Amino acid sequence: MPESLISARGLTKKYGDFTAVDAIDFDVAKGESFGLLGPNGAGKSTTMRIIAATSQRSSGTISILGRDPEEHGPQIRAHLGVVPQQDNLDGELTVSENLFIYGRYFGLSKKFIRNKIEELLDFAQLQDKRDAKVEALSGGMKRRLTIARALVSEPDILMLDEPTTGLDPQARHILWDRLFRLKETGVTLVITTHFMDEAEQLCDRLVVMDKGKIMAEGSPLELIKQYSTKEVLEVRFGSDRNKEVAPILREMCSRIEELPDRILMYVEDGEALLEAITAKKLHPTTSLVRRSSLEDVFLRLTGRSLIE
Amino acid sequence: MNSGIDVAKVRARGAAYVAEARIAQMMKWKGIIAIVAIGNPLFYLVAIGIGIGVLVNENSGTSGTGGVEYITFIAPALLASAALTGALDEAMFPVMEGFKWRKLFYAINSTPINPGQIVLGVFIGAIARVVFTVVCYWALLIAFGVVTVSQSWDVIPVTIFAAGAFAAVIMGVTASVKNEDYFMTVLNRMIIMPMFLFSGTFFPLSTMPIFLQPIGWISPLWHATELGRYFSYGYSISGIMLLVHFSYLIVMMIIGFKLANKKFAERLAK
Repeated sequence: MPESLISARGLTKKYGDFTAVDAIDFDVAKGESFGLLGPNGAGKSTTMRIIAATSQRSSGTISILGRDPEEHGPQIRAHLGVVPQQDNLDGELTVSENLFIYGRYFGLSKKFIRNKIEELLDFAQLQDKRDAKVEALSGGMKRRLTIARALVSEPDILMLDEPTTGLDPQARHILWDRLFRLKETGVTLVITTHFMDEAEQLCDRLVVMDKGKIMAEGSPLELIKQYSTKEVLEVRFGSDRNKEVAPILREMCSRIEELPDRILMYVEDGEALLEAITAKKLHPTTSLVRRSSLEDVFLRLTGRSLIE
Repeated sequence: MNSGIDVAKVRARGAAYVAEARIAQMMKWKGIIAIVAIGNPLFYLVAIGIGIGVLVNENSGTSGTGGVEYITFIAPALLASAALTGALDEAMFPVMEGFKWRKLFYAINSTPINPGQIVLGVFIGAIARVVFTVVCYWALLIAFGVVTVSQSWDVIPVTIFAAGAFAAVIMGVTASVKNEDYFMTVLNRMIIMPMFLFSGTFFPLSTMPIFLQPIGWISPLWHATELGRYFSYGYSISGIMLLVHFSYLIVMMIIGFKLANKKFAERLAK
């Protein structure tokens, strides 16, 4: 097992009677890209704030970079890069001013920051926006700038809370590309997301969270293997008929999920199953064979879908 | 690990980094800040000092103002009010911005800097604005021949100190507020405006009926104005009242800082 940068045991956070994070255990290894996947309110962001050493746990233990955040908050924060869910850039300052000021908060020398800004502007593809006011940037650019800002101190761990929520598909892909490059340079990433495709793209290993608890843990592939089948056949019969045919379909494979608008059938060979259904003259109005995803894992684990 | 990061250095200078950022933000408004700092005294001195001053002096001489020209009487009060208004701007807006509008404080809080250093940094930023405002105002008072350099230089630190006490309280109160629209309206119309009118700015507080005088007693502006008059033209105040004015402002500053430190830490830990 490689060196563990973050190690939590029985980590719990309560707000009054509400338990946001409920006795979770996890480890993040150096150079790893670790994900927290779950719906809104699962406790991901709370966990992130505890790792970021800005919010204190209620009980349990956590060690970040070998230290306890309750006693060594500033020392830990000095080596973290934090990208919050909502950009908190200074809109009145320019792109490079935002980077410069943030670097100062780490006590870095002006010379170091000036050199670093060049590197970060290249990385974030914002060279031609360096003197633009942040207010004038697009959502994707602001997001890239927030990530660049978090990198100004050359952190050991980069923490990204819902990095692509609210971005259009093109901006998401640019961002994924940037994060993938970072991963290649060996930066340890901790990512929360409720997008399964994002988790699949970026995470080496992830935990699936729901209602403050960890439901499962593993690489995206391992989780899919363990909790789902190779393929999924999605069939629609129209909302009235779905209920009618569901008992018949249930006999035809090991597991089905009835969603409000369609039925998911878990099998190894989706095409073969579709043929069998057609042979029975059931004729779905639409059908789709696809590979299993983390969405299916989540559905299996919680009985609910990720995005509701 | 980035070996260029010295946490001990940030522990020592964090507030200065925050102040540096605040001043960089203010520089984006430097034109407006300069116009306010120079235009405000200019308009007041001409309109009220000379215009209304002639009316006052012709009708009651200097009997109502303790033996000085009306302009000399109101100059330290206008100076104090400009200083406190500047302090209000730089204590209230950055706190709104920091917690609510742009959430800038949450960004700072994820660096080695802690909430107490953010409080102190914003305070230093507000003081920087006050210093600029007060020095501009005072220079104009000299230029208008209202006061002389040797007689009145000590009004500068005293006024800055009073504005600082006010800034500390405003930071604490603003950090305690959740609904800012309501808060700003109430603060401006129900507190700042009466404070300006009932703090002995345009006439001695003692000329007011006794039941209105407490508005002045609780107002930092009245204490600042009384001290300003004492230090700018030798207005007579008893030793005890001098002590009361200073003590009141010191207590305000302490309470303001305590409240701000508490609220900042609470909100940033959520």
